[in-house]
Amino acid sequence: MACGDNCTCSQNNSGNQDNSRRDFLLKGLMGGIGVAFLSGCSSNDNTKQESGVKVNVLTHDGKLVTIDKSQVANFKPHISEEDVRKGIPGKKFVMVIDLAKCDGCGKCTKACNKMHYLPSNKEWIEVLEMQDSPEVSPYYFVKPCMHCDNPPCTKVCPVDATFKREDGIVAIDTDRCIGCRFCMAACPYSVRLFNWTEPVKPNIIETTPAAENVFQSKKGCVEKCDFCPHMAREGKLPACVTGCPMNAIWFGDANEDAVTCYDGTTTKLSQLLEDGGAYRFMEELGTEPRVYYLPPVNRTYDAKEIKIEKEGSEK
Amino acid sequence: MEKLNPEIRNQIENELLGTVGRRYRQETFWVIFLGVICIGGTVAWIIQLRKGLGVTAMRDYVSWGLYISLLFFFVGVSLIGALVSCVLRMSGAKWRYPLIRIAEAVTLSAIFFAGFMPILDMGRPERLYFLITNGRIQSPILWDVVAIATYFIGSVIYFYLPLIPDLAIMRDKLTDAPKWRRKLWRWLSMGWEDNLLQRRLLKKAMLILCIVILPVAISVHTISAWLIAFTLRPGWNSTIMGPYFVFGALMAGTAIMILIIAKLRHGYRLEHYLTPKHFNNLAKILLALTAFYLYLNINKYGVPAYKMAKEERAVLEDLFYGKHAFFFWFTQIAGLVIPIVILSFKRFRQSIKWVVAASVMVLLGALINRYLIVVPNMLHPFVPIQHAQHGYATYNPTLIEWAITASSLAGFVLLIILLFKPFPVITMWEVTEEVEKRGEKEIGVENIITHQNIPTHAS
Ligand code: SF4
Ligand code: SF4
Repeated sequence: MACGDNCTCSQNNSGNQDNSRRDFLLKGLMGGIGVAFLSGCSSNDNTKQESGVKVNVLTHDGKLVTIDKSQVANFKPHISEEDVRKGIPGKKFVMVIDLAKCDGCGKCTKACNKMHYLPSNKEWIEVLEMQDSPEVSPYYFVKPCMHCDNPPCTKVCPVDATFKREDGIVAIDTDRCIGCRFCMAACPYSVRLFNWTEPVKPNIIETTPAAENVFQSKKGCVEKCDFCPHMAREGKLPACVTGCPMNAIWFGDANEDAVTCYDGTTTKLSQLLEDGGAYRFMEELGTEPRVYYLPPVNRTYDAKEIKIEKEGSEK
Repeated sequence: MEKLNPEIRNQIENELLGTVGRRYRQETFWVIFLGVICIGGTVAWIIQLRKGLGVTAMRDYVSWGLYISLLFFFVGVSLIGALVSCVLRMSGAKWRYPLIRIAEAVTLSAIFFAGFMPILDMGRPERLYFLITNGRIQSPILWDVVAIATYFIGSVIYFYLPLIPDLAIMRDKLTDAPKWRRKLWRWLSMGWEDNLLQRRLLKKAMLILCIVILPVAISVHTISAWLIAFTLRPGWNSTIMGPYFVFGALMAGTAIMILIIAKLRHGYRLEHYLTPKHFNNLAKILLALTAFYLYLNINKYGVPAYKMAKEERAVLEDLFYGKHAFFFWFTQIAGLVIPIVILSFKRFRQSIKWVVAASVMVLLGALINRYLIVVPNMLHPFVPIQHAQHGYATYNPTLIEWAITASSLAGFVLLIILLFKPFPVITMWEVTEEVEKRGEKEIGVENIITHQNIPTHAS
């Protein structure tokens, strides 16, 4: 298969007979022309206009045709409900957050909100000011969903609307969620958000099953950080990682033992964890988070400037 | 004991049947009053359905509020049926006979509303059927659904079984009732002829049901307690939750029972049947339960308060001298300590007024306690609440929430009244049978054999 590691089109060549152009493209991709695949899988801008760049694609009946690149870019492999529930095969996603580097700028939150069309009052990834005791110096603490391996949230869901996938991601199926909010009570990290009112819908059409939608807000359902599975399917980094100019967030695959950060540096995960003296947040709860933290030592910013908000105060 | 004189028996039955379908002015007033509240609540609910849960004050931190507190309250109150018909039965308390139907009516109404509260709280009630089509047995919510449904069905049967002979009496006696009613009674009494075999079968069925329903009743409330005890949150993550809920519930149920028989005693002119003996005995039970509940409270709050572990500290400080301190100390002192003191004195226990006063306090304390179990813990999660938007780090229920809450409570009382209307509130056949067997004193009724100037039902 020429599709490479990051593409899932190989398992998904059934079930999309409904769309002949897609079919054509898919078969073309299966034909194995690398250039077409690359542009198909790595280009995400859904521009309708012709880009002017032509690419060669092999059709399913063996003809080589030249089409505009934008048409290839529009192609998304068909992902079934089952694929979404199983996760991306062979992967085990992890995140490492280097608290020594985080200066609290909040760009990860902004990038995340932009990616997921969230209003500014929702934060899937939160930057908190922490001070463990009055004498020790404060630090910024970045809190996405921990994608726990022993997730208290999925255990209590009565309808399997939130579930753990084989690739480590804890996802939410908003077509299934009944809004009981038991998972919110169960999550010890206060990660989950609820759509109390009708959210503002962006002008996009998504064809993937709900659990891998980019825009996940639905009235009366929960939502939370999803580790950007739609990006991972394309072999790309989540929005927060590519949004963090301090290189404080690393994301990768534990099976490959590799994590990557903003500037593209890829390192060995095990090495990073060992050298950095990594820990997991509230390890004692036994939730087995998939997010590791490197302690805030030798900080690159002035910790004295951090102001700790009084607990429970509102904006 | 010798058989009752048929004439006297006839008079007793006439007296008890006197409440069936009769209109009382005070009662009519209450029905209208509660009905209006229910209509208000329904309107509020429609608004909530249309606009979403955003009309409540629940937000991401306090994601459960009044509705879930009320769920715990109703599930709790529903235990009273099991207490009166099973626990008292097993302990051989004969004075329970006049109370059985009242207790079962309270149970039925409470469990009905307990099943209703989660639907009010759901973000997407239209997906309720997913619980069946996509249900996952590992979630305590599913256990709760199964347990509540089982208990509801069990309670309906337990309400119905002792009703059969009474329905037969009604069928035979109230011959001037409208035809459809008589037809219904005939149908519901299933050919009851009051022979020995039928009585034996009925009693056996009631015994089996009583044995089956007790564990179901306890599991219903224990599972509700597990909804919060199964989380890791400080204050909830505790093994005491099951018994804490069950005994708090029995206590609240007993208090409600006392209040209802106090109302019925005069309202329905049942002074001969609901006597100071019942109040005295229920007061003793209430005393035991409040004292035990205080003990559980000392364990629940005292043990972590001694340690003051980091996570629990914020919740405890909030309760002891923070925002919720007033309510907390109210539930402990006015809701437990003072009633215990009152009920400890024989003199007060024998005065219906004092017993009622103590019950009101216990009930109020129990209601607020449910709120205190849910909300303060949600305001103090592990991760500190920071940068909260306006209204997120506090919980002040909105008018809609209060309206729905009030109407659920009103509906609960209304349903009890409506259950009292079509049937005699006292189980006639059992009471007469037991009076024959053991005499008035043990059953707790007074002067029903000797004193035969039946009061006229002037309303
Ligand atoms: S952090 Fe919370 S929401 Fe995320 S997996 Fe763990 S328990 Fe679930
Ligand atoms: S709110 Fe939705 S996802 Fe959470 S437990 Fe309930 S049904 Fe499951």
